[in-house]
Amino acid sequence: MTLFPFRFELLWTDALVWLLVAAIAGYAAYASARPHLRAPWSRVSRSASGIAAAVILATFVLAGLLDSVHYRPLLPPQDGKLAYATEVRSLLDRVLEPLRVKREKTYSAPLATHLYAKETLQLPDGREVREFPRLRHGGAHLKDPAADRAGDIALRGFRGLAVALLLWFTAAVALGAAVAQRSGIGIDAAWNDIWRGRTAVPWRAALGALAVLAVIAGPVVALAPHYHVFGTDKVGQDVLYQALKSIRTGMVIGTLATLVMLPFALVLGVMAGYFKGRVDDMIQYLYTTLSSIPGVLLIAAAVLMMQVYIENHAALFPTTEIRADVRLIALCVILGVTSWTGLCRLLRGETLKLRELEYIQAAHAFGVSHWRVMMRHVMPNVMHIVMIALVMDFSGLVLAEAVLSYVGVGVDPSMISFGTMINSARLEMAREPMVWWSLAAAFVFMLALVLAANIFADAVRDAFDPRLVRAGAAA
Amino acid sequence: MSGYILRRLIYGVFVLIGVNVLTFALFFFVNTPDDMARAQLGAKRVTPEAVEKWKLERGYHKPLFLNDKVSGFERVTETVFYDKSVKLFAFQFGESDQGRNIGYDISTRMWPSLAVQLPAFLIGLLVYISFALLMAFFRATVLDFWGVVLCVLMMSISTLFYIIGGQFIFGKLWNLVPISGYNGGFDAIKFLALPVLIGVISGIGGNARWYRTIFLEEINKDYVRTARAKGLSEARVLFRHVLQNAMIPILTGVVVVIPLLFMGALITESFFGIPGLGSYTIDAIGQQDFAIVRVMVFLGSVLYVIGLILTDLSYTLVDPRVRFS
Repeated sequence: MTLFPFRFELLWTDALVWLLVAAIAGYAAYASARPHLRAPWSRVSRSASGIAAAVILATFVLAGLLDSVHYRPLLPPQDGKLAYATEVRSLLDRVLEPLRVKREKTYSAPLATHLYAKETLQLPDGREVREFPRLRHGGAHLKDPAADRAGDIALRGFRGLAVALLLWFTAAVALGAAVAQRSGIGIDAAWNDIWRGRTAVPWRAALGALAVLAVIAGPVVALAPHYHVFGTDKVGQDVLYQALKSIRTGMVIGTLATLVMLPFALVLGVMAGYFKGRVDDMIQYLYTTLSSIPGVLLIAAAVLMMQVYIENHAALFPTTEIRADVRLIALCVILGVTSWTGLCRLLRGETLKLRELEYIQAAHAFGVSHWRVMMRHVMPNVMHIVMIALVMDFSGLVLAEAVLSYVGVGVDPSMISFGTMINSARLEMAREPMVWWSLAAAFVFMLALVLAANIFADAVRDAFDPRLVRAGAAA
Repeated sequence: MSGYILRRLIYGVFVLIGVNVLTFALFFFVNTPDDMARAQLGAKRVTPEAVEKWKLERGYHKPLFLNDKVSGFERVTETVFYDKSVKLFAFQFGESDQGRNIGYDISTRMWPSLAVQLPAFLIGLLVYISFALLMAFFRATVLDFWGVVLCVLMMSISTLFYIIGGQFIFGKLWNLVPISGYNGGFDAIKFLALPVLIGVISGIGGNARWYRTIFLEEINKDYVRTARAKGLSEARVLFRHVLQNAMIPILTGVVVVIPLLFMGALITESFFGIPGLGSYTIDAIGQQDFAIVRVMVFLGSVLYVIGLILTDLSYTLVDPRVRFS
């Protein structure tokens, strides 16, 4: 029997992530065929800040999706028997293989060639000295680190930058040609339009964001195989690798928690507003009760209970990855169940307004059932609120993950996330000499992700909110 | 009026009953007291006797709802539900799983929490509203634009970084204040200055932007146009008319959190080592002390319900339409 060189492993979160991707693709196909659904999205694409944020977000999403394809590689045969590794890897791990394997002993500063702590070394002649030992991997190709390091870094960084800018330039030329082709003007005129920001879709902003990405990513990609660009942490793991792995955790929480919350908010909110009376009272009581418990406390209580459950049923979770993954899902569910009240209230208010409108009255007069009125006439008209809530919640959830992990009710400690990174790094600031790079990396990556998400959310809100759209049209 | 308030009070009691039942279900149905005992004792020390002893010491050995072993009224009172949930309504919080009196701990720990939260709340409110008014005054100019950009940037930074950064700059680099700790009396000021400052700064982004939206919504209304048509100066329109009318949406968000100030801030207190209710809760979560977490959940909802009633009361103060209806 021949074995494939790898076996796919579908973790629960992977399945949900890809389900979400499929749902978004389906929605995109559905919406692109309908002008009234396409209109708000084309308004989003006309916002310069929105498109720039989308470019950055897309990069993060790409990393997150690569990290959501898991497999177990085939181990080299032992005693003639073939077996798959017990450790689950992702495609992102494969891409970052050099970063993942090249572990040092302990802390080392960004781009360093020596460890951050002195050790007793034995010289060839038998004497012992206290010195900073050379790193096993960072800058290992240098013969004389003190003299060559700066030059080598500058050269490699510059080379990376040049390649990145070349790629950027190619993309820009292709874009110019595409714009020229589409609007039937010459390439020069197309370029002029892009450069002066006169195109319908603000390509200038997209190219600007791409340029920023290229300038940052180029040198990093060129240096990463030979140095630890963001240093290494206490156990010698590359910090850049950790930061890139954290993206998936943040994204999974940011998207799946809203996905869990959505059905509760949508069904209960629309029902409360539509039926009024006793149903409304019940649902209002339910969400007032839930929202009266301070959020963190409710989440903490639920997570504590989940921890007890996992501890008492350890047999259900054979490997660390599976346990961490189940915990991540449970956290999403808990976050979702505790946070649907806000959206539910908004949807109830909107439905209350809609149900008095003539077209709903007309539907009633024709004898359309309640169910059909809600599905066909109410739901589509509250979707803009849902869409706004979906994108607005994302950044808040990514930030919440860090705080919850600090409190001790976040993701599994073995899972790499921004929260666990900050948590393990916060005491390092008090060290002498200070270790700052883990925090710096978490800060930079988190800020980029959350800022892009916030800006994109603003663009979506402006495009979907009918009040703002009308005000914009009048102005 | 009094009938309205009474209705709100009764509704509040019902909400608290709901919270109580919900937490009871969460803490005693998802996992039985046996599970909790096993988790607390750790895998190595779990024997049936140890579990029984753990439950007996903490009063979890009684039946959940009905005790058949005793008769009369005690059938209901000699139960876990009565001991652990019903008694909360009388503010009898009982003992923590570590054996400390929770009521006493709360009564001593709420003051340091309040000492951080109240100044942060008041100064914050002043700063956020002034900043928002300033942006509304210069609306649609470069100043407003960069103000909003700054807000979005500031709200994209995690609270954790504000605290770590603040401790590093003010505590370690400039040596202005101790990095963490707490002391009673006048000494407290030097310990409180940094947490309060960071509490205010970390909220600027989200809050100033939120208030700006409220002000801008008011600015487009007809009465503002009338006020301008009368020839009032823009500053007078903003500070006298817009600010006053924006009070209703502002109060909705603000009054409800006032009672919750007692609960303290989880992260801030734990970073700065302030012995308040926030760090109390964090410690309880860390030690898996279910009794304390349960009490804090209940206390939090009591304070929230009080906040809701206060909000209703405050409307009657600022909105004549509510007062006379």
